[in-house]
Amino acid sequence: MKYKSQKVAMPYFIAALALFLGQIIFGLIAGLQYLHGTFLFPALPFDVAHMSHTNLLIVWLLMAFMGAAYFIVPEEAETELYSPKLALITFWIFLVAGGLTIAAYLLVPYAKLAEVTGNAVLPTMGRGYLEQPLPTKIGIVLVALSLLFNVTMTLIKGRKTSINLILVGSLWGLAILFLPAFYFPQDTVKASFGWWWIVHGWVEGDWELILGALLGFILIKMTGVDREIVEKWLYIIVAMTLISGIIGIGHHYYYTGAPGYWIWLGSIFSAIEPIPFILLIAFSFKMLLQRRREHPNSAAMLWALGTPIMAFLGAGLWGFIITLAPAQYYMHGTNFTAAHGHLAFFGAYAMVSLAIISYAMPILRGRVANSNSAQRWEIIGFWTMVLSMIAITLALTGAGIVTVVLQRAADNPMGFMQVQDKARVFFWIREFAGVTFLLGLLVYLRSFFIKGEYMYADEVKRALAA
Amino acid sequence: MQQVFTKAMARNIFLGGAVFFIIIYLILSYDTFQRIPERDHANKMTASVLRGKYLLDTNDCIGCHTINGEGAYFAPELANVYKRRGPDFIKSWIASQPTGIAGRRQMPNFHLSPAQLDDLVAYMQWLSNIDTNNWPPNIEG
Repeated sequence: MKYKSQKVAMPYFIAALALFLGQIIFGLIAGLQYLHGTFLFPALPFDVAHMSHTNLLIVWLLMAFMGAAYFIVPEEAETELYSPKLALITFWIFLVAGGLTIAAYLLVPYAKLAEVTGNAVLPTMGRGYLEQPLPTKIGIVLVALSLLFNVTMTLIKGRKTSINLILVGSLWGLAILFLPAFYFPQDTVKASFGWWWIVHGWVEGDWELILGALLGFILIKMTGVDREIVEKWLYIIVAMTLISGIIGIGHHYYYTGAPGYWIWLGSIFSAIEPIPFILLIAFSFKMLLQRRREHPNSAAMLWALGTPIMAFLGAGLWGFIITLAPAQYYMHGTNFTAAHGHLAFFGAYAMVSLAIISYAMPILRGRVANSNSAQRWEIIGFWTMVLSMIAITLALTGAGIVTVVLQRAADNPMGFMQVQDKARVFFWIREFAGVTFLLGLLVYLRSFFIKGEYMYADEVKRALAA
Repeated sequence: MQQVFTKAMARNIFLGGAVFFIIIYLILSYDTFQRIPERDHANKMTASVLRGKYLLDTNDCIGCHTINGEGAYFAPELANVYKRRGPDFIKSWIASQPTGIAGRRQMPNFHLSPAQLDDLVAYMQWLSNIDTNNWPPNIEG
């Protein structure tokens, strides 16, 4: 650890992983309710399991991004973090507020929660991923402001690398793009239009910049490739992201009440959105091939290479399948979206978070890399989760095909519930793959508890013996 | 070392491209907002319709259902349910939940009054008249 204050990243990373585990448990509950609709009803209705699953996802990813910022910004700026104490206080506020919010979802009927938290004063509740009560939303803004203040003050007094500028800039973007959460027009079509400023703006815009910055940092540190080369690639990648993604938001505007010209604009621009993901693959593998050192943290390298590939599959490929307006006409609002969403979120954002944790945690614990034994567990966890998520994606795609064939494109369409019944085999496969995913996560978490650091002496011995 | 394409050039394409397309998007959004009220018959958003919307939002209907394809995929599409089922069916269906049928996906009972059910149905009727470029493909949503 080059700067003592980088240590504040650790609680953020630990909380991120704990919340990730919570996310998956709720995911398994929701997935089982697809098949056994009375499971845990009425104590835990599907929508509560679902919002707990999605909200935990978002909070754990934000925890990971914040931890990454506190680790990366001081090192890139070559100066200590402005206020480690503020970072720690903010951590506890975020964790407690998040925990209370999930508890509120579980314990209080949603309409009652809206009533007691002042939703009538400024309605913000009732939209996907934005289910949080108004006080929580305000809390999120305050936590974000604290992060921004801390990393910006650090950046101002230190070295301004491209990675730092892109990372801090995109964290500002993340916070600004959250503000439409407080804008909930009574006109449903306008509300839907604005909702995507947050959702598309984050995951198909701002967060891709964060992903690029995090990967760039890891690759510079692990391969030793010249910073100038890495940062030039990074600017090209983020340029393509925004050039394609800003008007590409139109692929959410085809069939929700917006004017028809979005059908053309959205299709053309969003068709370009896979390009940054293709560039990310080329980027990371080029750095690997041009590496000047063999970094002992093989697990972190695997995450760093696996992320662009899975991100391309989920965001680029599965995204492309549903992006063109004529195709989306049949696939809109089906499990195709869920398939894309799961693979994209995991492949891009979960995996880049696990990549930075994989790289940084050993350093935070006082070593360059973990022991071979720990890395082996971590790598098994990696493959189990990756293959499980591919299986989940294929299963949901199957369910989506059933809907398109029987309900959307058919001459005599079947009703929703009947079609869902026909798709059961795919929901079983999804649930099974969800269980193996959980097992992979547990194996991955186990790796943190295996003692020992990377033994260079063993490596030298092996090399001499060979 | 001389380069044809420098990091600074890449950075300028990033910044310039972002600013350019954000401006275009703002112009398009302004135009879209001007056109929406005609497309969704905003003049028919009565007080009852708006109360219905508030009920739908605060009972998290979107947590299981979709509206114009957006939401969760656990339960049927609601934007055209008014055309598919009609107001009486919708009101009696909501009031009689849960079905309790073994294994079937369950909907909670939200304890809505007859007036609230009327408001909710008014909102669903309003939803069913939005110009969504001919989506969904058929009545099943």
